Amino acid sequence: MRQLIFAFCIGLFPFAANAVEPDEMLTDPVLEQRAREISKDLRCVVCQNQDIDSSNAGVARDLRLLVRERLVTGDSDAEVIAYIRARYGDYVLLKPPLEPATYALWFAPIAFVLIGVFVGGGVLMSRRKQEAFEDLGAEDENTVSEILRQNEAGDAS
Amino acid sequence: MKRLIAGLPFIAAVIFGGFFLWGLNPDRDPNEIPSVLISQPAPAFDLDPVPGLETPGLVRRDLVGNERPVVVNVFASWCVPCRAEHAVLTRFVEREGMRLFGINYKDKPEDAVKWLNDLGNPYERIGSDLSGRTGIEWGLSGVPETFIVDGDGTVLFRYVGPVVGPDAVERFTQALKQAGALPKGAAS
Repeated sequence: MRQLIFAFCIGLFPFAANAVEPDEMLTDPVLEQRAREISKDLRCVVCQNQDIDSSNAGVARDLRLLVRERLVTGDSDAEVIAYIRARYGDYVLLKPPLEPATYALWFAPIAFVLIGVFVGGGVLMSRRKQEAFEDLGAEDENTVSEILRQNEAGDAS
Repeated sequence: MKRLIAGLPFIAAVIFGGFFLWGLNPDRDPNEIPSVLISQPAPAFDLDPVPGLETPGLVRRDLVGNERPVVVNVFASWCVPCRAEHAVLTRFVEREGMRLFGINYKDKPEDAVKWLNDLGNPYERIGSDLSGRTGIEWGLSGVPETFIVDGDGTVLFRYVGPVVGPDAVERFTQALKQAGALPKGAAS
């Protein structure tokens, strides 16, 4: 059984191994982990919509190496990202920054939900009001009771 | 209030329609990455010459203080479109008096030398960027890419991909003229 589990884990290994090649990796596991996390937030500029961590493009590899190089020289995560962003622009960030130009992007979904709740609620409320019971006038009341009485008399016969 | 709600679908349709109109525009290239370098100073870099070539290397200083804006072309011998672009750039240099500098991107020196010997060398200076680090400084996404740099070192224009074909050449020519990178009284 243990051997089977071991074989299974070995089988999983190729999927776990990403585009990051062994020669790129840092010996310090903490730094390497930070590099992996940063790489996952950076877009590959060649194969767009893929992060550089999983991209096989040459530029992605260069950027991965650059990220690690910066980390080794003592940059913080934010400094590394700022360094690359200064060269490639906001476009390399897979998570767009919160700034005036992106307010629409960040807040539009919330605004749409609020509009939806507001409009939907308004429609439902007004419909409920229409269904509210209103007293019949005295004349209608008489007519109804007359009809009911006739029906009962009809059923009895 | 009722009227406002009744108008909402129409407003939504107009907004979405506007987006579709923008999105379906055939001239729009969704892969185009806006360059942060435009109107910014060119990055600092210092590249040695390609070994085996007499053309001197390229440093940022060479781009500054020229009387006309100059063109920086990033190329490699392994890049197939560069071969097609080479003829276009050579024509600009020889016929229109454009000043051309090159960055030889991640290229084996012997390949680059052979390539330039075969096709001709229109570059005034060529820096060898073996590591690709200077490419990153320029925000490069691939080769070829072509930049127009003003006399004070400001990047004026960036062209991603080969300047090949009438549309691309037209765009590039316009940019050169706007930048004033072509000497007055040049042919054509």
